[in-house]
Amino acid sequence: MADINTAALKREKKSLRRQKRVQWTLRALVWASAAVTVGVLVALIAYILIMGIPNLSPKLFEWTYTTDNVSMMPAIVNTIVMTILALLLAVPIGIFSAIYLVEYARRGNKLVSVVRTTAETLSGIPSIVYGLFGYLMFGVALEWGYSMLSGAFTLAIMILPSIMRTTEEALKAVPDSYREGSFGLGAGRLRTVFVVILPSAMPGILAGIILGIGRITGETAALIYTAGTVAGIPTTRIGSLPILDVMSSGRTLAIHMYALLNEGLYMEQAYATAVVLLVMVLLINALSSLIAKKFTRS
Amino acid sequence: MKNLKEILMHGVFLGAACASILAVALICIFLFANGVPAIAEIGPLEFLGGMRWKPLNNMFGVFPMIVGSIYVTAGAIVVGVPIGILCAVFMARFCPKKIYPVLKPMIELMAGIPSIVYGFFGLVVIVPLMQDIFGGSGKSVLTASILLGIMILPTIIGVSESAIRAVPESYYEGALALGDTHERSVFRAVLPAAKSGIMAGVILGIGRAIGETMAVIMVAGNQAVIPGSLLAGVRTLTANIVLEMGYAADLHREALIATGVVLFVFILIINLLFSLVKRRDTDG
Repeated sequence: MADINTAALKREKKSLRRQKRVQWTLRALVWASAAVTVGVLVALIAYILIMGIPNLSPKLFEWTYTTDNVSMMPAIVNTIVMTILALLLAVPIGIFSAIYLVEYARRGNKLVSVVRTTAETLSGIPSIVYGLFGYLMFGVALEWGYSMLSGAFTLAIMILPSIMRTTEEALKAVPDSYREGSFGLGAGRLRTVFVVILPSAMPGILAGIILGIGRITGETAALIYTAGTVAGIPTTRIGSLPILDVMSSGRTLAIHMYALLNEGLYMEQAYATAVVLLVMVLLINALSSLIAKKFTRS
Repeated sequence: MKNLKEILMHGVFLGAACASILAVALICIFLFANGVPAIAEIGPLEFLGGMRWKPLNNMFGVFPMIVGSIYVTAGAIVVGVPIGILCAVFMARFCPKKIYPVLKPMIELMAGIPSIVYGFFGLVVIVPLMQDIFGGSGKSVLTASILLGIMILPTIIGVSESAIRAVPESYYEGALALGDTHERSVFRAVLPAAKSGIMAGVILGIGRAIGETMAVIMVAGNQAVIPGSLLAGVRTLTANIVLEMGYAADLHREALIATGVVLFVFILIINLLFSLVKRRDTDG
């Protein structure tokens, strides 16, 4: 009797020990995975900052690009221009489209599910396919050639689904009592949307737009064959006054970096460009999450 | 008057909603109209099954690139999926309250880093590392797989984490009440229940990996032949387009667009899979 008891006790102890081992292995695995993920990110940021910052020089920020200074200033200006153009196209369409889906369409509307499916399809399409399409449609069929406008239209289609989705979510988060209150006070549907619902959904929409800006800033594959790779700010002259020419090619910062790497002669400048690109993305991300946080708090 | 404005704006909103339908239609039309004739001219079998890509000799076999894309995507899954899922488990169930507010934005930042920067990092850090360890050029299937595996991490982590969080708390509590430890409850009760959500995340990651361009061309070597080993160079469908589009003309140019069509069809299939898995998720 006593023997059986001790044997059972031994077995119990053994299985308990095995369980402890499994427990610790699992715990170690999940911690290690998180550590690897964070480690890679930190290594990437640290490496680029450490290697890149010493290469930053005033020469790299001179107003015009020459093969001597390899200035990234025109590329920075082009990035800003490109962002503004693409947002001008994508933001109104994205917001209006989300308004239709959330505020206007009736439940079970067939069109809504079609729009959702196509938007989902759009968000899954890789940027190189957008680039090919933009080249074929805007560059070739519409004869815009390599131009800022071709690039902006291509990018606008690319960021449309994400602006639609974030706006939809922001609109859905507005309590129904707001709508009922507005209708109760005699406001029409349009007035309710613009005066009551949009303002309270604004932070969410803004966070989505800023993420879109991040995508535009970092985009390469969709732009190489639409906006092209010319290194200067595209300008044309009216009389003696230089003005921006969106029908000409101009490269953004990400394309600038690709071109530097491709030429292979400007490694130091590529490091410096990577720093500027990374810092821009860091700032954009911080801004977006700041706004999103403010949104959830209120 | 007021009514007219309402009706007008209703029309405007409706029109905007149709924009994404129009966009998908246009993308399909332009890609297929420009790519399919080239496939017909080259011959579907020679194009899809051909082993030689030699534009100068008018040989346009895209098979090595199809295999290349599948290889690096598979490699990215092997590298990225286990780490991604475990990291998602960590974030949803193991993460100390103090670490989470730091970790979450870091993962989001990872998704926001441009692919050209990842590619650069791969080129100046991972490629030399591979040279040191294995010799050779360092640009290979393995290098591309590792870099892509890193790049799909935020996608997999994000989707998996929300899938794990969506599992009702009662599953976890039930397992605990039956005497399981915290670890076993999470892995035996919660994780299986989040299976289809995690699957959706993995499929999304696959789409990312197969469509990635700029990072891959920096580290893959880009030889247009089927790689003989993990350490051989490889060219993906995406790389094929970017590398040669700049100087291609005539049939060569059209063959590159046709390469885009093949990629697009791959993506459509992946999208379809994704929506099927997601639908099953909401049904069950």
